[in-house]
Amino acid sequence: MSGEPVSGLPAAAQVVEEALAASTSAACVVIVDELFDANVRFANNTMTTNGVRRDRRVTVVSFAESPSGMRAGVASASGPVEPAGLVAAAESEAAGASPAEDASPLEPTGADPAFAAPPETTDLGVFAALLQELRLAFGAARAEGRVLAGFASHEVRTTYLGSSAGGRHRHVQPTGAVELVARRPDGTASAWAGRAATDFADVSLAALDGELRRRLGWAGRRVDLEPGRYEVILPPDAVADLVLELDFAASGREAEDGGTVYSAGSGRTRLGERLTALPFEAWSDPAAPGLECTPFVVAPSSNVDTSVFDNGLPIGAVHWIEDGVLRHLRYHRAGARRAGAAFAPPADNLLLALPGTELSCDDLVARTERGLLLTCLWYIREVDRPTLLLTGLTRDGVYLVEGGEVVAAVNNFRFNESPLDVLGRTIEASASERALSREWHEWANRTAMPGLRVAEFNMSSVSPAS
Amino acid sequence: MAVLDEGFAALEFDALRSAALERAGELGCRHADLRVEKIRTQSVTLRDARLEGAVDDLSIGMGVRVVRAGAMGFAGTVATDVDAAGQLVAAAVDAAAVAARAGGEAVELADEPEHGVVEWAASYRIDPTEVPLADKVARLGAWSAGLLRARGVEHVTASLLCVAEDKYFANLAGTIARQQRVRLQPSLEALAAAEDSSTFETMRTCAPPVGRGYEYLDGEGWDFTAELAELPELLAEKLRAPSVEPGAYDLVIDPTNLWLTIHESVGHATELDRALGYEAAYAGTSFATPDKLGELRYGSELMNVTGDRTTQYGLATVGFDDEGVEAQRFGLVSDGVLVGYQLDRRIAAAAGLGRSNGCAFADSPLSIPLQRMANVSLRPAAGRGPTTAELIGGIDRGIYVVGDKSWSIDMQRYNFQFTGQRFFLIERGRLAGQLRDVAYQATTTEFWGALAAVGGESTYLLGGAFNCGKGQPGQVAPVSHGAPSALFRGIRVLNTRAESGR
Repeated sequence: MSGEPVSGLPAAAQVVEEALAASTSAACVVIVDELFDANVRFANNTMTTNGVRRDRRVTVVSFAESPSGMRAGVASASGPVEPAGLVAAAESEAAGASPAEDASPLEPTGADPAFAAPPETTDLGVFAALLQELRLAFGAARAEGRVLAGFASHEVRTTYLGSSAGGRHRHVQPTGAVELVARRPDGTASAWAGRAATDFADVSLAALDGELRRRLGWAGRRVDLEPGRYEVILPPDAVADLVLELDFAASGREAEDGGTVYSAGSGRTRLGERLTALPFEAWSDPAAPGLECTPFVVAPSSNVDTSVFDNGLPIGAVHWIEDGVLRHLRYHRAGARRAGAAFAPPADNLLLALPGTELSCDDLVARTERGLLLTCLWYIREVDRPTLLLTGLTRDGVYLVEGGEVVAAVNNFRFNESPLDVLGRTIEASASERALSREWHEWANRTAMPGLRVAEFNMSSVSPAS
Repeated sequence: MAVLDEGFAALEFDALRSAALERAGELGCRHADLRVEKIRTQSVTLRDARLEGAVDDLSIGMGVRVVRAGAMGFAGTVATDVDAAGQLVAAAVDAAAVAARAGGEAVELADEPEHGVVEWAASYRIDPTEVPLADKVARLGAWSAGLLRARGVEHVTASLLCVAEDKYFANLAGTIARQQRVRLQPSLEALAAAEDSSTFETMRTCAPPVGRGYEYLDGEGWDFTAELAELPELLAEKLRAPSVEPGAYDLVIDPTNLWLTIHESVGHATELDRALGYEAAYAGTSFATPDKLGELRYGSELMNVTGDRTTQYGLATVGFDDEGVEAQRFGLVSDGVLVGYQLDRRIAAAAGLGRSNGCAFADSPLSIPLQRMANVSLRPAAGRGPTTAELIGGIDRGIYVVGDKSWSIDMQRYNFQFTGQRFFLIERGRLAGQLRDVAYQATTTEFWGALAAVGGESTYLLGGAFNCGKGQPGQVAPVSHGAPSALFRGIRVLNTRAESGR
C-alpha cells in the first residue's frame, strides 16, 4: 500500500538510548512499542469501516532510592515525544510515589544484537487474497440468500526494551484474526467461524464460508429445547472462551487474599491441589510452535502480579496445571519471594491438552449419543468469584446431536457454569489444536485447546435471540 | 506532564487542517474529516492502602476519515506534522479504494449543517489529571486505611482513573470544533471472610464514574464519607446473610444498579447500526428492528427513555460529535413505545432517517468514529414522585437491589442476567436484612413491561461506565445513564450457588 502513515518519528532504539542517557535516577527502563495495524470490516454483504493505524508508545519507568525503599514512577506517551521530557515526568511520578511493595533489583538481562533493527510493518495489502475471496463470497451470498458479516485484522507490534542495567531486547509480534458470520435474512439461522492468522497466507475465507454453509444447512430442521442440564460438545474455540477465564483468575496474591477459585482460606492458596480428575495440562510458553510470543517481561506498569522491576527478565514455559494438579499461580519476583512460591510470569499464549487422546472434534460428535454441539459462546462474565461461576450465552450455532450426527439446530441458551466444573465433568477430549476465542481473542489471540465432551452442562434459561 | 502537553498546544492546527482537507479535496473525496487529539489518562491502584501501580499516559495523534467513490476509509497516526497529515489522507483514500474493490453498497453520510468555528468545554473546575500523584495516593490511602480499621474487613483495593480529552475537529464542509472534557472513576472494594474461611464476600462503592473534575472527590455530586462509613457494616451483614430462595420477586432496583440494565437492554438495543445488522459479527443485532418503530411495546406506559449528549456531567456529553454533528437530546421510548434510535451520519442516511442525532464517537485519534451510545436515561416520575422507601413500602415480598456487579445479555438484547453489590429482602413493606447469591434474569420486553412504578426526582442518579465496548478493532466509550429507583413486578431471581451446582 502506498501512503503508509509514517513520518517524523526518530528510530525507536535511538529513543531508548536518549531516554536512558537523560535519566538521573538510580535506575531506568524504557519501552518503545511500535504498532502497525490494518483492518477491514464488513456487514450486510458490504464493506463498512476499514483502515490503517500507526501507533508508537514510549514508556519510561524511573526507579528512585529513598530511605524507606525503592520508588517507581511511570510516564508514557504516544505522539511527538521528547525522551528527556518523558524521563522528567517519570522521575516526578517516582518522587510522588510511596515505596514500591514489588521492589526487586533490576537485573542485567543481556543485549540482543538486533536491538537497533527497524520495526516490522503491515498494511492492507496483507488482505489482498482474502478480499478477492470476499468479493466472490458477497456475490454468492446475495444470490443464495445469506448475509455475511465479519472482520479481519493484522497487527505487527515491535517492542524495544532497554534498561540502565544493560538490557537491550527487541521482539516482533504479528497478530491476526479473521471472523465470519453468515445469517439467513429472515433470522432463522446463523453461524460463526474464526481463525487466528499470523500472516494470512494460510487463511482461506472461502473455506470458512464453506463451513458456514454446511452449518446453515444443519438449520434446515429446527428443534426447540427447554433449559436444563445437557451433555455438550465444546469445540476448541468455545473451550478457549472458558479456559481463558481460569487463566485470568490465576493471580497468586489474589488467591492468598481470599475469595478466588484458587483460594484455600486463611491466606493460603490451592497450589499443589488436584483441580481435575482427568490429567489436564495447562501451560504457557513463548516458544510454543505456531504460538510464539514475547520471551521477556514487558511491564509498562505494576499490578497485582506484574512488576516494573521485572522488566527484561526471560519468560520460560510455565506449567500452570500438570496432571490435573495446580502447580503455579502468577507471581512477580517480589510476590514469589514473599509467598515462598516460584516466580511465574505469564506469556501471551495459553495451551490446554489432555495427553493421550488422538480424537478429533468431529470424533467427539460421532461418539455422542445425544447432546448439544455449542459452536460459539458469547458475553461471558463472572457471576461468583469463589466458584468462578460464569454466565454467558450460546450464539450463532447450537445443534442437536443424536446417534453421533447433527440432526437439527436448537434455540440459544443462557448458561451458568464454572470452567473448573466443566473440566471436572469432561467425559473425553480431542487432540489440542489452534483455537480462537470469540469472546477474548482481541486480548488473547494465541491459544491451543482440545474440544471437550462434557456432562450436565447447565443451561439456565432459553434466549430467544437468533 | 505539562512539558509534554506543550507539544500539543504548539501544534499548528490550521496548517494541519489545510494540509489534510485540501489534499482530500484534490483526491476527490466527497467527505473528509480530520481529528487531532490529546488524551491524558492516569490510573492509580492501591492494595491494602499501599500503592500497587500508577500510570500517567499522554496520547497525541491524528485521524482522517474519507468517503470517496462511495467507500469509506480511515487512517490514523501518532505523527502530527504537516507531511504526516497529507500522507494520512492518501492512506485513508487507499483504504477506501480497497473497500470499493470488494464491492457492496455506496456509503452516504446524512447532511449536517456547517457550524463554522465552535468551541465547547465540559462543566468542571479541577482537571483531575493535573492533580499530583501523591495527592491521589494520600486520598485513596486514607480511605483504604479507614476501611481496613473496621472490624471484619481483611483487604481493600482502591483505584482511581482520570482522563482529560482535548480534541480538534475539522471537516470538508467547514466545521472546526475545539472541545475539552474530563472524567474520573474512583472505586474502593472491601473483602471480608468468615472466621472459618468458608465464606468470602466483597462490597464495592457505588459512587458512579462522572464527567466532573477532581472536586467530585471532595463531595460535589457524591458523599464519599457517608458511603465509606457504612460500607464495613453492610459488608459484615452480607457475610452473615442467608442465601436467597430462588423464585419470582418484586424488585425495587436502585439507580446504582438500574443504570447498567438500561445500558444493556435499552441503550444497545436502540443503536440503529445494530438493529440494521451492521454489528452482526461482533456486538450483535437488536430485537428492536426499524419495522417496529412507533409500534413496539418496549415496556409499560411508565417507561420513558431519552438519548442525550447534552446531559451535564454525562460521560457521553459533548458539544459536537466526531462527525461534526451538534449534540442533541432525543426520544427512544415514549410511554412504553419504541420511538427512536441512536444514529450516526452513515446509518441515518442508510435508513433514510434524515439528520444524524450526533452519536458518532472514536475512542482515540487512531480509531474510526462509530455510532456509540448517548447518555441513555430513564425519566423519573413527574412531580414529587415516590421516594425509594415509598416504593419499598408498597411491596409485600420482594428484594431491593443496590449497586452493579455482573452483567450479561444476548446478541439480540433479549435475555439478560445481572447481579449487584447488595440485596435486601423486603417483607411487608420493610427491609428485612440482606440476602446472598442473588441474580435476576429476564427478557427485555417482559422486564420493562413489568415496570410498575418509577421513583421521583429525589431518587434520580446519573450512573455510568468508562468501558462500554463496541466495534472491531474494539473501542471503549464512556457513557452515563440517569435513572430513578423503580419497581418491577414478578422478576425471576436465581440463586447463583445453586446455579453452580453447589
